[in-house]
Amino acid sequence: MSSIILQNIDKAYGKNAPVIENLNLEIKDKSFTVLLGPSGCGKSTILRMIAGLEAQTSGTILFDDEDMTNVPPENRDIAFVFQNYALYPTMTVRGNIEFGLKNRKIPKAEIAARVEEVCSLLDISEYLNRKPQNLSGGQRQRVALARAMVKKPDIFLMDEPLSNLDAKLRNQIRTDLIALHKRLNTTFVYVTHDQVEAMSMATDIVLLNKGKVMQMSSPAEMYKQPRNVFSAKFIGTPAMNVISSGKSNISVPQGCAYVGFRPENVMLEKKNNDDFCISCDVASTEMLGAETVIKALSGDEIIFMRAFTSACRPEGRQNFYVERANLCYFNEQEERIYE
Amino acid sequence: MNKTARLKPLQPGMRKAKPYLFILPSMLFFAVFAIYPLIYIIVLSFFDRSIIGDMTFVGFENFIKLFNNPEFGPIMKNTVVYMVIVVLLTTVFSMLVALLLQRPTRLNKIVQQIAFSPYVISTVSVVFVWMWMMDADYGLFNYIIGWFGLGEVNWLTDPNVTIFSIAIVSVWKSLGYNAIIIIAALNAIPKHYYEAAKLDNSSSVKTYFRITLPMISPTVFFLVLINIIGALKNFETIKLMTAGKFDTTTLVYFVYQNAREYFDFGYASSAGVILMVFIAIITLLYFKVLAKKVYYR
Repeated sequence: MSSIILQNIDKAYGKNAPVIENLNLEIKDKSFTVLLGPSGCGKSTILRMIAGLEAQTSGTILFDDEDMTNVPPENRDIAFVFQNYALYPTMTVRGNIEFGLKNRKIPKAEIAARVEEVCSLLDISEYLNRKPQNLSGGQRQRVALARAMVKKPDIFLMDEPLSNLDAKLRNQIRTDLIALHKRLNTTFVYVTHDQVEAMSMATDIVLLNKGKVMQMSSPAEMYKQPRNVFSAKFIGTPAMNVISSGKSNISVPQGCAYVGFRPENVMLEKKNNDDFCISCDVASTEMLGAETVIKALSGDEIIFMRAFTSACRPEGRQNFYVERANLCYFNEQEERIYE
Repeated sequence: MNKTARLKPLQPGMRKAKPYLFILPSMLFFAVFAIYPLIYIIVLSFFDRSIIGDMTFVGFENFIKLFNNPEFGPIMKNTVVYMVIVVLLTTVFSMLVALLLQRPTRLNKIVQQIAFSPYVISTVSVVFVWMWMMDADYGLFNYIIGWFGLGEVNWLTDPNVTIFSIAIVSVWKSLGYNAIIIIAALNAIPKHYYEAAKLDNSSSVKTYFRITLPMISPTVFFLVLINIIGALKNFETIKLMTAGKFDTTTLVYFVYQNAREYFDFGYASSAGVILMVFIAIITLLYFKVLAKKVYYR
């Protein structure tokens, strides 16, 4: 078992290039934690510091109660899946999977048994004697996973492992990873910039921006209760509409500067008397099959609406309504405030 | 008139000829300066040709004379010994130097440039500096050896040593160049392989032999080949340091001697043909034995 605790972590490259400042984070044991954020937010750096591939400038990283600061990566009982897999091109698939075990002087019989087990689980037994460069992207991905799994680590660290795969394969491996996490019952830390990956796989999401934690919660809470404008606008396709509250027809809490609502909560007809109302011009309508996404403009603000019937095809000037219960309020500092 | 019609499509024959027309200038150049001399040497090796008199066809007589020459064996031995020493030392040392200087620190960059400089300096200057250092009576080498109470070595006149002395100069001259190319190959290896190896508990020696070396093997393979051919063709250092005396005549020097000192062009050409065939055999063997072990991405 292993929880990961980051205390007061600072990381800077050179003197004036802080990437992460005073980061505090606890990654729960056996959780599937996704570090989510736009590129350059420091999520990969955090993962690499947990792995020990990079040293923090200051602060402490604990696995359970054990200080990892001076423990080299190979002794941290972790497995790392690289974005481009980093499979040794000079070795066969079997060589790749075995390499770490051989270096740890594990008996041959046990190595063979472990390789067998992992390969049958990931369905790569037939490629064992091939070189990685002769495999497809999805196969390489699974070999990289096998190389990590065969070590039976306490913690799996994954750095955007799906970003090199096509969309269909990504969906498939996403479900595979969820099943794998259940089966292995260990801690997964997963880095991605793709909110869909985070929402679909995580038990906990850590949303990061510019080296700071914006919100840490379960995917459902992240979606329903964004704690600030950044998380409101990062999660969801399309993201939450956040508009200046000056246009509001209803009373808003003291200090409220922005009002947010999810596109699927937008209605074309008034339901209650105190519904939030905004008048806008429909700019485009995208029929996506199960849903229709309507883009509308109100002054210089863009508002998205999601409707789940293909009959919904508004045109021209329209009033959009949102029930009060579905509104989120944010203050001038873009932090959430409550009624 | 239709604009596109102005560019008439080429006739089928012309279309086929077009690429050949484009490479014609360089092929002409190649033919005049590479293919013609090559063929001429082969032709010449079957003739008796000196600076005066007519060319007379003598068949394989030049070759027979060459193989019966008691010096031919030692000459081939010198050629091979010289090549082996140069290739071995250059490869091993340039790989070590490359490892030492690989990290792009400021100091390393300066040292890299210094290490590269012998390659730019003219061989004549290099040779004279080394000859001064190797001088038996007042050279630096014997002076240093003297500190340890060892006897003098006749670097440039002792037939047991001369070929090594010449080889050392050649190695020194090309070491930096080889090292720079290997450094480039080392730096082209993505860093994540090393990170993965570290996480796999691989020792640095093991990482070098299992990951680094296989990945730079195409470069090393190429350099070794270039060094083999270069060593077999070496002439300058021998001419300048010993002029072929004291057991330092290699095949190339033998060709030079017969052509330029004895004006026996037919005989020299036959030795030249032997050199060519020898290089071809070694290159083919090299590819046959080693090419499969080289890892290509």
